[in-house]
Amino acid sequence: MSKSNGSQSSVKNIVFAGLGGQGVLKASDIAATAALLAGFDVKKSELHGMSQRGGSVTSDVRYGDLVRSPMVPSGEADILVVIAPDQIEVNRWQLREDGLLIEPSLIDLDALTNKKSLNVALLGVLSASSSIAKEHWTQAIREHLAEKLHEANFAAFDLGRTAAQREQRQ
Amino acid sequence: MNLSDRLLLSGDEAVALAARHSGVALMTGYPGTPSTEILETFVELGGKGQWAPNEKVALEVAIGASFGTARTMVTMKHVGLNVAADPLFTAAYAEVAGALVVVSADDPGMASSQNEQDNRHYAVAAGVPMLEPADSQEAYEYTRLAIEISERWLIPVLLRLTTRVCHAKTIVDAPDSRPELSEPSYTPEIARRVMIPANARPAHRRLRGKLAEMARWNEDVGPNLEIAGDRSLGIICSGVSYMHAREAAPDASFYKVGMTYPLPLAAIARFAKSVDRCVVIEEGDPWMVDAIRASGTAVQGKSPMYRFGELNVSRVRRILSHDESQEPVPPRGKPPELCPGCPHRSVYAALKNLGCIVQGDIGCYSLGALPPYEAMETLVCMGAAIGMGLGLRHVLPSEEARRVVSVIGDSTFVHSGITGLVEMVYNPPPDGHVVLILDNGTTAMTGMQEHPGTGRTIDHKRTGKLVIEDLVRAVGIQRVHVIDPARDPQGFQDLVAECLASRELAVIIARRPCVLAAGKIKQLEKCLEQE
Ligand SMILES: Cc1ncc(C[n+]2csc(CCOP(=O)(O)OP(=O)(O)O)c2C)c(N)n1
Ligand code: SF4
Repeated sequence: MSKSNGSQSSVKNIVFAGLGGQGVLKASDIAATAALLAGFDVKKSELHGMSQRGGSVTSDVRYGDLVRSPMVPSGEADILVVIAPDQIEVNRWQLREDGLLIEPSLIDLDALTNKKSLNVALLGVLSASSSIAKEHWTQAIREHLAEKLHEANFAAFDLGRTAAQREQRQ
Repeated sequence: MNLSDRLLLSGDEAVALAARHSGVALMTGYPGTPSTEILETFVELGGKGQWAPNEKVALEVAIGASFGTARTMVTMKHVGLNVAADPLFTAAYAEVAGALVVVSADDPGMASSQNEQDNRHYAVAAGVPMLEPADSQEAYEYTRLAIEISERWLIPVLLRLTTRVCHAKTIVDAPDSRPELSEPSYTPEIARRVMIPANARPAHRRLRGKLAEMARWNEDVGPNLEIAGDRSLGIICSGVSYMHAREAAPDASFYKVGMTYPLPLAAIARFAKSVDRCVVIEEGDPWMVDAIRASGTAVQGKSPMYRFGELNVSRVRRILSHDESQEPVPPRGKPPELCPGCPHRSVYAALKNLGCIVQGDIGCYSLGALPPYEAMETLVCMGAAIGMGLGLRHVLPSEEARRVVSVIGDSTFVHSGITGLVEMVYNPPPDGHVVLILDNGTTAMTGMQEHPGTGRTIDHKRTGKLVIEDLVRAVGIQRVHVIDPARDPQGFQDLVAECLASRELAVIIARRPCVLAAGKIKQLEKCLEQE
């Protein structure tokens, strides 16, 4: 437990959502590790169990100078990353008013060499609006995925990141 | 802190790491969300760990190892402690030698459980000390502390975790400092370990004496944290509730209890007096608030509506502002389903066609209660399918009784179905009974763990295999069938119909591997054959 008394105001709240088997937990693991590598305090939390038999899955990642609760307070997500289009509406309530929704339509699916990397492509989009340096994201992907998957996922990450940067410039 | 020392670990992983660092010689357990990863990680880290057939056996093995001076831990989910309660209560009397730490992983909110029982009551009922970490760092530290306490007072220690401690990943700083431990050895202590009444009477007194000593220790140097903040609001809390509360009321004063039994009631009373308003924030039952009030200290609790489900920052804010308005209900997500091609699907399709009254049990196959099948009609606790089926068969009119079947998974059958079969042979219902053992070759629901029926250990090595059909025959069942329910669905359905019509005792073992585990099982078996 962190003993310091610092305030929590700087905490970034991200909720990942999708269906069992889509890599929701993998995506949140990568994001949490990237935040760790960037030197932040970080907490990540989700519900395992029955939810993984194709049902809805969500995972919370929070990072900043000091994080207390491992769960994003209801309706206070800064960013909601949804991997399954049909899970957007059931999870929208988690997003704060001016929060950012990151959804699959931002990605050119035809450009994805491996469809299973959609979760990582969305991380690429997320990375463009986070203060975590790209090298930390890359390192986190390396730590959480088997070596033979690295190339496809780096490509997916870049695809998402460029799409987001293009959008930001517009 | 050097960045390279910072590990992002779940509470389960942190417990496992602490067990390794403390020289735990043997860890036992039975899978159950959210506890499963503790034992799995311990084995991955090179520790000696083993799945037991059920939690009671797991604890008994650990008690024996502890009598042999080895440091031991036992892991289970909250309901597992119901199964292991019998040995726990008397192990508290019989003095342990090596540390014995019992991990109970509770599931407030029932992310993956059949009830949300609050196992803090067990610490009081059994008379064992209890530690409750708030995050992974504390999970690491308290595991090590539990071992010290256990060996200092020669008593089992309950390490109570909850879902958001087990499965939340938080940063851990864990310096590896392995103690020098001597080889396990055995010294008989008949008067202290043979709990016949003549020995148990003084043992009970000894236990109460230890608890009184531990209460004093907890008051003086226990792992409790007082944070002086604004004196207008004081919050007493423990476990992950501390994290929610500290965020909800960052300026308040806090008394965070780390060792929650025996409670440091004098320190709590002093704290309560030092603030204008003192509120107990706890998940689950009003357990701490009742104990504090019973000791004569006035504190506020929560409205009964917050007894249900987990706490979080928003709910703590509501508790603090006495908000009892209806809570927003988040939209329902997509419910889980049996995987496409799951062998349980064929079983439920047949039972539904035959109009069976299906007494059910716990595992992936519990999803047979949901659409599209809605075929499984009861679920109480592991192993109950057989007993409940027999009970119905005994009391229903014959034409209804003859439609009753019990379904039970392979891991669940080994866990607590065997005695149900013995009951079936000993007290057979007038029209017989049909039990289906759904043998998918793994403990699927909790993430594909091995069990005695797979013939492989936790780390997938070859070991003695429980052959379910041999056991069923040995119990005295004449009609035993082994069949793949998916290869010929009509043939399977006909077999069930034939067994029902026979009015005898019958066991059908529906054997086909879980589709998610099949590849891995094949690969493992191939490797083992080559060895
Ligand atoms: C006393 C107790 N211990 C553990 C659990 C968690 N749990 C429920 S069912 C189950 C085993 C499921 O395996 P199996 O019977 O083989 O069915 P499958 O999921 O493979 O279909 C486990 C570990 C529980 N509910 N109760
Ligand atoms: S994990 Fe296995 S047993 Fe469970 S639903 Fe899927 S196929 Fe069936």
